[in-house]
Amino acid sequence: MNENRREFIKKTGLGVLAGLGVASGIFPKSSFESAVASTTHEDSASGRRWGMVIDTRKCKDGCTKCIDACHEVHNVPDFDNIKDEIKWIWKSPYGNVFPGESAQFVSEETRERSYLALCNHCDNPPCVRACPTKATFKRDWDGIVAMDYHRCIGCRFCMAACPYGARSFNWRDPRPAIPKRSQAYPTRERGVVEKCNFCSERLAQGLQPACVAACPEGVLTFGDLNDPESEVRLLLEKNHTLQRRAELGTRPSVFYII
Amino acid sequence: MIEKAFNGDRNYWGWIVFLLVIISAGIYSYINQLTTGLTLTGMGRDVSWGVYIAQFTFLVGVAASAVMVVLPYYLHDYKAFGKIVIIGEFLAVTATIMCLLFILVDLGRPDRILNVMLYPTPNSMLFWDATVLTGYLLLNIVSGWTVLGAERKGVQPPKWVKPVIYLSIPWAVSIHTVTAFLYAGLPGRHLWLTAVLAPRFLASAFAAGPAILILVSFILKKTTGFDAGKQAINKLAVIVTYAAIINFFLLGMEFFTAFYSNIPSHMHGLQYLFFGLHGKGQLVPWMRVSMIVGLGSLVVLLIPKLRTSSKWLIMACIGIVVSIWIDKGVGLIIGGFVPSPLEEIVGYMPTLGEVSITFGIWAIGILLLTLLLKIAAAVKTQD
Ligand code: SF4
Ligand code: SF4
Repeated sequence: MNENRREFIKKTGLGVLAGLGVASGIFPKSSFESAVASTTHEDSASGRRWGMVIDTRKCKDGCTKCIDACHEVHNVPDFDNIKDEIKWIWKSPYGNVFPGESAQFVSEETRERSYLALCNHCDNPPCVRACPTKATFKRDWDGIVAMDYHRCIGCRFCMAACPYGARSFNWRDPRPAIPKRSQAYPTRERGVVEKCNFCSERLAQGLQPACVAACPEGVLTFGDLNDPESEVRLLLEKNHTLQRRAELGTRPSVFYII
Repeated sequence: MIEKAFNGDRNYWGWIVFLLVIISAGIYSYINQLTTGLTLTGMGRDVSWGVYIAQFTFLVGVAASAVMVVLPYYLHDYKAFGKIVIIGEFLAVTATIMCLLFILVDLGRPDRILNVMLYPTPNSMLFWDATVLTGYLLLNIVSGWTVLGAERKGVQPPKWVKPVIYLSIPWAVSIHTVTAFLYAGLPGRHLWLTAVLAPRFLASAFAAGPAILILVSFILKKTTGFDAGKQAINKLAVIVTYAAIINFFLLGMEFFTAFYSNIPSHMHGLQYLFFGLHGKGQLVPWMRVSMIVGLGSLVVLLIPKLRTSSKWLIMACIGIVVSIWIDKGVGLIIGGFVPSPLEEIVGYMPTLGEVSITFGIWAIGILLLTLLLKIAAAVKTQD
C-alpha cells in the first residue's frame, strides 16, 4: 500500500472501518495492520531486527554491572519499595523468568543461577496491539519496540498486555529518586509508562547497548537477527536457546543459552 | 423539565447534601492524587489496575442491562414495562458517565485523554471501548429525554426516536462485549484468557443490572409514590433469576476447564481467588462471601412464593448485586494480575484516598440518577 493511499484511508476514516474488519477477521490481516506493525511477518524481513543472545552460563552470581550501567544511562529512579519500583533490566530466578519451562528435577546448578530479564522487543508485541494512542510502537526499520513518553496517557493497558512484566509505571515523580543524573537520555515525568529501549539512543551513535558494553564476561551479544552472518545468528546456530514463553506467539527477540 | 429536579422536601434536600459531602471528599482526594501521582493508590508494578478499573467493569454491565427493559418494551411491545423503561434508560446514562469517570481517574496523564481520539488506534480495544461507551451515552440521553419530554406534553414521541432506540439494543450488547475484550485478548493473563468472558460479563450484567432496577423502583415507590407496577417487577425478577443461573453456570465452566485439564497456569488465578495460592489468599473471604450470598439469593429467587414477596425479593436483589459486585468489581480484575507474569504473588489493598475517590464517583452517579428520576417521577405522576 503506498503512502498516498494510506493517507487517503486515514482521512476518510475508512481506517477505522478497516480496523473493525481486521478485528473481526473479515479482511486478511495484511495491508491495514501494516501501518502499525509492519515487520510482524517473518517474510517481510526487509529491514533490521535487533536482537540479543544471553549466555546465562557465563553470567556471574551477584554481579549487577549491566543493570547498573543501564539504569544509570537511562536515569532510571531507585525507589526502595516494590510498589513504586521501576526497572528496565533485572535478575530473577529460573522459575520466574521461565515459568513454563520449570519442569521437575531441574538441575541444581540451573535453579541456583539467576537470569536477566528485560523487554524482549517482541516481533509480535501485545503491548503495541493494546496501546490506545500508539505511544508504544514498533519501529518498522529495526524492530525496536519504542515509547513516546509525550503521548502516553498512563492507562497501563500495555502493562496488562505484556506477558513478561517488562514495563514499569511512574507512580510518582521519578526525578528526586535518580541517584546520578545522566545527560545521555531524558528523564521521564510522573504518570507515564517506561521500559528498556534497546539503547536506541546509543545505537544511533553506532554504540553497543549499555548493558552489552558493561558486561566483563561477554554474557550479552547484540546484533541483527535478520542478518544470517551476524554474531547473534551464529550463536543461535551453534547453541540450543530458549525464548521466554515462546508458546504465546509474541516472538521475543531476546534469546537465552541455558 | 429540569426545574422539576429542584422541587423537593426536606428529606430530598438532605439526601442531596449528603451526596455532595461525599463528592467533595472524593474531589479533595482526587486533587491529592493529581498532584502526587497514582502512588497514593494501592496499585503497583505488579497489580497495575485496581478498584477504579474494577468499578468500571461492573458499571459497564449496569449500563448495558437497560436493554433488558428496552428490548421487551420497544421490540415486543411488552406494555408492563411502560413505566420502568425510563428508569432503565436513566440508569444506563448514569452508569455510563460513572464508567468514563472511573477511566479518567485511573489515568496517569488525564490531561492527555484526548490522545485516544487524536491518534485513533483501531487495534486497541480501549479505543473501541471509549468509542462505544460514548456512543451508548448519547443514544440513551437522546432516547430517554425525548420520550419523557413528549410524555410531559402529552403527545406521541417523534418518529425519528424509534430507530435510535432500536440501535441502542445491539449497542448495549456491544459495550459489554468490547469491555470483556479488553481483558480476554491478552496473552499470558490466564484468568481472563477465556472465550466465555464476554458471555459471563453479559450474564452477570443482566442479573445485577435488573436487580438494581428493582431496588431503585422500590425506593422510588416509597419516596415519590411513582409505582413501576407489580407486573413489571415480577417480570424483572424472572429475568434476574435466569441471568443469575447462566452466570453461575458459566463460572462453573471456568472451574471445570481449569481443574479438569489440570494445567497449572489455568488453575492459578482461580486457586488464588477461591482457595489461596502458596499460602496467600487475600481475596478468598471475599470470593467465598460472593459465592454464598449469590447462590443463597438464587435459591430465594427460584422459589416463586418468595420471589413475589417484596421483602424476600428486595433481599435477594441486594444479595445478587453484592455477589456480582464482588465477583467483577473485586475478584476478576485483581485476580487477573495474580500471579504476575513472573509467577510472583503480590497483594493489593486500596488506600483511603482511592476508596474516597471511588465513593465520590459513586455519589456523583447516584446524585445524577436522583435528579433524573426526580424529573421522571414528576412527569409520570403529573396528572
Ligand atoms: S516484552 Fe513486553 S514490553 Fe517488551 S515488546 Fe514484548 S510485550 Fe512489549
Ligand atoms: S500506558 Fe501509555 S504506552 Fe501504555 S498503553 Fe497506555 S498510552 Fe500506551
